[in-house]
Amino acid sequence: MTWIFENWERFWEVTEVHLRLSVVPVLIGFVLSIPLGWVASRSSTARAILFPLANILFTIPSIALIVITPVLLGVKILDEINVIVPLTIYTVALMVRSVADALSAVPGHVTAAANAMGFRPLRRFLTVDFPLALPVTIAGLRVATVSNISMVSVGALVGLGGYGQLFTEGYQTDNSAKVFAGLIGTVVLAALADGLLLLIGRVLTPWARAGR
Amino acid sequence: MGGWLFDPAHWSGTTGIPVRLLEHLGYTLLTLVIAAVIAVPLGAFVGHTGKGGFVIVGLSNVLRALPTTAVLILVVLWAGLGDFPVYVALVLLAIPPIMAGTYAGIRAVDPVTVDAARGVGMRESGVLLQVEIPNALPLIFGGFRGAALQVVATATIAAYTGAGGLGRFVFDGLALQEFGQMLAGAVLVALLAVLVDLGFAGLQRLTVSPGLRPVGTGGTK
Repeated sequence: MTWIFENWERFWEVTEVHLRLSVVPVLIGFVLSIPLGWVASRSSTARAILFPLANILFTIPSIALIVITPVLLGVKILDEINVIVPLTIYTVALMVRSVADALSAVPGHVTAAANAMGFRPLRRFLTVDFPLALPVTIAGLRVATVSNISMVSVGALVGLGGYGQLFTEGYQTDNSAKVFAGLIGTVVLAALADGLLLLIGRVLTPWARAGR
Repeated sequence: MGGWLFDPAHWSGTTGIPVRLLEHLGYTLLTLVIAAVIAVPLGAFVGHTGKGGFVIVGLSNVLRALPTTAVLILVVLWAGLGDFPVYVALVLLAIPPIMAGTYAGIRAVDPVTVDAARGVGMRESGVLLQVEIPNALPLIFGGFRGAALQVVATATIAAYTGAGGLGRFVFDGLALQEFGQMLAGAVLVALLAVLVDLGFAGLQRLTVSPGLRPVGTGGTK
C-alpha cells in the first residue's frame, strides 16, 4: 500500500491509462450491441447466428486476441488499439445476449399499448422498450465492465499500459509491493465502476423500486 | 501465416505442439480438480443449509475482479518459479464459477422434492448426495464449463513466468517477432477451449438424468 502513496504520480498515470483502455471498449461495445441485440430479439435467424458466434469469440483468450489484432489491422504491437479492439469484441459478445434477453422480456401488453397509442417503431424503442430493458442491460454492462478492467492488465504482457505495467515491472525488478499496488488498483477500480453502474441503473429506472 | 502451424518440425520433440498441448490440458484439468475439491463442498454446504449465501456472492465478486497476472507474479516472487504459482493463480480463477454454479444449482432444486426426500426418511447426507446434487447437475456443469473456458484461456499467461503450455508459442513468438508462431499458439488455445467444452458437454449428457433434460431435446418425458 505504501508504494501507492510514495509513487502517487506514477500510480495516477497508470490509473488514467487503465481507465481509458477499459472504459472506451465498454462504451463502443455497448453502443454496437444495442442494434445487434435488437435484431437478435426480433429474429430467430439472427439469434441462431449471433449467439453461437458470441460464444466462439468468448473462447479466444485475451492474450491471443491482443497478439493477433495488430497482424489483422496492420498496426504496431504497441498501439492502444490492440487492447481496445479485443475488449470491444468481448463486450459486444457479452452484451448482445443481455440486450436481446432484456428486450425479449418486455411484456407484450406494454408494447401493444404503446402501438395502440400511435408510437412509431423508433420512438417506441427509445421511450418504451429500451428503458424497460435497462435493468437487465445494466446487469450485463456491470459484468462486462468488471471483466474488462481485469483484462486490460493482460495487455502489459506485450508492453501496453495500465496497471499491468506495474505487474511486469514489479516482476522484472523483484518488487512485489509494486505488483500488489497494481492488484489493489485493479480491484478498487472494478469495485468503483461496478458501484457507479449500479447507482446509474437505480437513478435511470426509479419505477423498478416503486411499490415495494 | 498458417505455415508455422503446419510445419512438421513443430509437431515433434519436447517443445513441439503435442507436448505443449498436453501441458496446457494438464494445467487445465488439475486446476479444475483442485478448484472442485474446494468449491463444490463450499457451494453445496451453503446451498443445502441456506446459510452464508452473501459470503459466496461477495467472495465470488472479489475473486472475479482479481487480475490473474498479478496473482501469478506475486506467487512467483514469493515462492519461486515453477508450476505451483500457475496452479494458485488458475485455481483462484476457477473457484468462483464452480462455487456459484453449485450454490445456484442446489438452491434451484424444487423444495417439494427435497421435502419428499426427507419424508421418505432420507438422512441429510442422503438428501444432499442423492437428491440435491443429482438435480443440481445441469447448473453445476454450467459452472464447470464456464470455469474450464476461463482456465484454458488464462493458462496461456503461465508461459510469461517461464512455465509450459501453449502460451510458450505466444510469448516465444512475441520475443522473436514471429507472428506465425504467436498466431499458431492463439489458434491452438481457442481450439483446445472448444474441445474441452465439447468434452464437458459429452460428460454432461452421460451423467445428468434424462428426466432433467428440457422437454423436446431428446429426453424421455
